Amino acid sequence: MSDYETVIGLETHAELNTKTKIFCGCKNEFGSEANSNVCPVCLGLPGALPVLNEKVVEYAVKMGLALNCTINSVSALARKNYFYPDLPKAYQISQSYLPLCVNGYVEFLYNGSISRVRINRIHIEEDAGKLVHSENGEDKTYIDFNRCGVPLIEIVSEPDIHSSGEAVAYLKTLKSILRYLDICDCKMQEGSIRCDVNVSHNRKGGPLGTRCEMKNVNSFSAVGRAIEFEIKRQKQLLADGSSIVQQTRRWDDIMGRSFVMRTKENADDYRYFQEPDIPPFEVSKQKIEELSALIPQLPNIKIIRYVTELGISVKDAEFIADNIELSAFFDECVVSARHRPKSYCDWIMGELVKYLNSHSISFGQTRLTVGGLNDMLDAIANGIISNSAAKKVFEVLLEDQKSVDEIINELGLAQLNDISQLEVIAEQVLSSNEKSVQDYKSGKTNALGYLVGQCMKVSNGKADPVRMKEILLSYLML
Amino acid sequence: MQLYEMTLHQLSEMLADKLISSKELTQSVLERIQSLDSKLNAFITVDSNGALKQAESVDNKRLKGDSLCVIAGIPIGLKDNICLKNMRTTCGSKMLENYISPYNATVAQKLLAADAVIVGKLNMDEFAMGSSTENSYFGVTRNPYDITKVAGGSSGGCAAAVSCGEVIAALGSDTGGSVRQPASFCGVVGLKPTYGSVSRYGLVAFASSLDQIGPVCKCVKDTAIMYSAIVGGDKLDMTSQNKEYPNFEVGQKDLKGLRIGLPVDMYENITEPDVLERFENAIRLLEKNGARIRRISIAETGYALPAYYVISSAEASSNLARFDGVRYGFRAQNIQSIDELFVKTRSQGFGDECKRRIMLGTSVLSEGYYDEYYSKAVKAAKMMTHNVKQLFESVDIIATPTCAETAFDIGKKVDDPVKMYNSDIFTVLANLTGVPAISVPCGCAGNGLPVGIQLMADSFCEQTLFDAAYWLESLVNAPERGCEDV
Repeated sequence: MSDYETVIGLETHAELNTKTKIFCGCKNEFGSEANSNVCPVCLGLPGALPVLNEKVVEYAVKMGLALNCTINSVSALARKNYFYPDLPKAYQISQSYLPLCVNGYVEFLYNGSISRVRINRIHIEEDAGKLVHSENGEDKTYIDFNRCGVPLIEIVSEPDIHSSGEAVAYLKTLKSILRYLDICDCKMQEGSIRCDVNVSHNRKGGPLGTRCEMKNVNSFSAVGRAIEFEIKRQKQLLADGSSIVQQTRRWDDIMGRSFVMRTKENADDYRYFQEPDIPPFEVSKQKIEELSALIPQLPNIKIIRYVTELGISVKDAEFIADNIELSAFFDECVVSARHRPKSYCDWIMGELVKYLNSHSISFGQTRLTVGGLNDMLDAIANGIISNSAAKKVFEVLLEDQKSVDEIINELGLAQLNDISQLEVIAEQVLSSNEKSVQDYKSGKTNALGYLVGQCMKVSNGKADPVRMKEILLSYLML
Repeated sequence: MQLYEMTLHQLSEMLADKLISSKELTQSVLERIQSLDSKLNAFITVDSNGALKQAESVDNKRLKGDSLCVIAGIPIGLKDNICLKNMRTTCGSKMLENYISPYNATVAQKLLAADAVIVGKLNMDEFAMGSSTENSYFGVTRNPYDITKVAGGSSGGCAAAVSCGEVIAALGSDTGGSVRQPASFCGVVGLKPTYGSVSRYGLVAFASSLDQIGPVCKCVKDTAIMYSAIVGGDKLDMTSQNKEYPNFEVGQKDLKGLRIGLPVDMYENITEPDVLERFENAIRLLEKNGARIRRISIAETGYALPAYYVISSAEASSNLARFDGVRYGFRAQNIQSIDELFVKTRSQGFGDECKRRIMLGTSVLSEGYYDEYYSKAVKAAKMMTHNVKQLFESVDIIATPTCAETAFDIGKKVDDPVKMYNSDIFTVLANLTGVPAISVPCGCAGNGLPVGIQLMADSFCEQTLFDAAYWLESLVNAPERGCEDV
C-alpha cells in the first residue's frame, strides 16, 4: 500500500465580519433574535434586488493578496441554483467563471520544513439561513434567515496537501491570516470557518485518483479525524482491489465516521450562470495597491522567520506569531537589537504570558514598552539587578509608566556590589555560623550554598550572589 | 367628452386650473371600470376606496396651494407584477394569489411621491410569460376593440384599461414586447425604455437582463410625461444607470433630416397585408414630412427570437425558483417531505406556460446543454447589440411594424406555443440589445383592429423616439376608440 500517495484539497468558507450583509443593509451579526436581521433583499422576496457591498470585495481582495493571488481585474457574480428551505431565492449568489482572486499560494511551517499549498481561487458568496429542527417532539422545522446574506469567502486549495496533519496546519494558517487581516471573527463554534475536504489516492508520479468530498466538517480536529477516516477507507478499498467511486460524504463527528450523501450519478447540477442583477465589476489597480499597503507581515511568514532566522523554537514562534500584539512587540524588540532575540522570547513566553493569563488581559492593556524591556535586560546584564529582582521590575513595567532606574530605586532592588559591604556581611554570617564553617572545612561543600543563602538573607536579597560566593570562598580558604 | 376619455396632459392642465378635481376624475374612471371591466377583465385588483381617498388628499393639497407634479391626481394602474404595499401583487398567478408585498417598487414609490392616484393592479400573463394575457390565473383580458380578440400580452390589462379609459395611464413591463405588443393590439402607445433607465426594484423578475418597466398611455405626449416620472438611476438596482435624464418633451423638433432605417428583410414575417400597408403608409407620411428613409439590414436578426427564448427562459427558471411554498404564496397541502412540498407546490401553483419555460430554461442551463444553447444565445445577443449599435451610427430610428398581425382570436394560439412566440418577432430585438422602442398606433386594418408601428433608437435616445412618434401620431389618423359599445 505504501506506493499510494494521499492527496488532499480543501474548500474553506470563512464568514467575513463586515458591518452589513453582502447584498443589503441588514446587520451582519451572530446571535440576534431569530429573523430579526432580515429585509426583502436577504429574504429573497419577489422584486427585491441585490446590491453588492463594496467592503466584501475589499476584504476578499485582502485575503487574495495575503495568499499571493492574482486579483482579476474584472470579476462577476453567478447564480448557483438549487432548492433548499434555508435558501430563500433557491439560488445562491456566488462566483463561477470570473472569481475575484486566482492562482495564489500559502507557505507555512509543517514538521520542520516549509509547506507550500497553491490556492486555486478565492471567491465571494452569500451564506444561507439556518434550519432549526424542533427538539420538543413536535414534527416541525423552523428557519432563521438572519444568516442569509452573511458574506463568505470560499478559499479553494489545489490538491497539494498530503496528510491530515498538514491539512490542519494549513487551516490553522488560514485562520491566523484571517485574524491578522481582521476580516473574520474565526469563531469555530459559531461556524465562522467551515470546511469541505477532498481526498484521493494515486500511485506515486501517476495521475490524480478519484476523489471523495466530505462535508459538514466543523472543527479543525474534526478535519483531522475525517481525513484519517477517509484515508483508511480508501486505502482499504484499494488494498482489496476495488476502485474508488466519486462520492460526496457527510462527516459525523460523534460517530467518528462519514456516510455517503450522493454519488456522481446523482450529483447536483447547479446550472451556474452569470448573475444578471449585478453587472460585472472591476477592481482597480489603485484599489489593489491601497489594500496591499494595509496588509501586515503575516503570521505564517513570521513563524518561518522566527524559526529559521532567529533560532526561536517552533512552539514559541507559533505562539508569538499567533498573537498579533505579542508578535508586533517581539518584532520591535528584535529590530531594536539591544539583546538577543532569544532573551526577548524568553521573557515574553515566561513572565509576560504568565502575567497576561493570570490577569486575563491582552498585551495591549499593559504598559510594557520595548525601551523598558531593553533597559531591564541591560540592568541584568550589567549586574545591577538579579534575575529574581528583575521579575519584580518587570511586573512594575507592565503596570506603570516608570523607568527601570526609578523602579529599582523605589523597590530598593539594586544589587549590592560593593566589596567592602559584601565583606561585612560575609564576616557577620561566618561568625554566627561556626558549625557550617567547620562542616565546609571538613569537606562538606554543600555548606557553602547554605552560607551564600544566609548572606542573601541578611542582605535582603540584594547581594550579588556570584560575588558573595567568591568573597565567602576567599574567607573560608584562609 | 367624458373625463376618462381625455389624455393625461389635458387632464393635468384641467386639474391644475382647478376646472376638475382628482376625485371627479377618479370617480369617472372607477365608474368606467364598474361598467366595463366585467367584460374586459383588465383588472385583477381595484382599490376604489384607496383611490378616492388618495384623490381627495391630492385635491386638498391643491386647494392649500401646494405645488404639484404633472401626474398629481391622475388615476394610474400598475401591472400586477409591480410591488405595491397594501395591495396584493399576484403576477397573474395562483402562486401569489394572496401575496401582499411589504414594500413598494421604486416606480410605485415615485408615482406615490408625485401624488398619482393608483387605482389598482392590472391583469397579465402569468409572471409576464405570454403574448395574449390568456395565461393569467385570473382569466383572459379582452380587447376593447373586439372582445372576441385578445388584448395582447403580457401587459394586456394595461393596454386594455388605458385604451378604454379605465385608467388614464399605466405602467407595464416589457421583457420581449410585453408593453409594445398589447399597446399595438389595443391602439395605444407603449414604451420599452432603455435597459437600465428605469429601476427594476420591486418588479417581480421574469428575465432580469431583459425586463424593463415602461408606460402605456393614450398618446405620445402622455408617454413622455409618464416616462419622465419614472426614469432615473436607483441605488437599489445595480443595473440601473445613474445619469442626468432630461425632462422629456414632445413637439420641440420636426422631422427634417431624421434618418429612419427600414430593415426590409424582416418584412417577410408580416402575416397580414393590412399591417404592411398601414406601416408603409406611415413611413410615407414621415418621408413626406422631411424624414430620410433608407433600407437597412440588421445582421443576425434571424437569431433574435431563439436567443430571446433561450435567455429569457434560462433567467426565468432561476427567478421563479423561489416560489417553493416555504415562505409565502401558495403551498400544496398533504405533503410528507420537503421535496414533495417543492414538487407539489410548483406543480399546482404554476400554469402550463410557466412550467414550459421553467423546464426550457432549466434544460438550456444544464450541464451538456449550457454551451450548446445558453452560451450561444448570449453570444448571439452580444453580436446583435454590436450590430445594432453600429447601425445607429447611420440612422436615428429603426422602424418596423410592432407586430406581424392585428389582435388575434382568443384561444387561437393557446395550443401552439411556437406560433405564440412568433408574435414577438419584431419586439425582442430591443430587449436583447437594450435599446428603447416605442409602439405608436398607425391606423386600423380592414378588420377594424389597430395596427402599431415600432420605432427603435439608440440607448438613452428616448427623446428621439418621442420626437418622431409625436409627429407620426399627428400625421396618422388615430384609430377610433372602439370600446364605447363593448
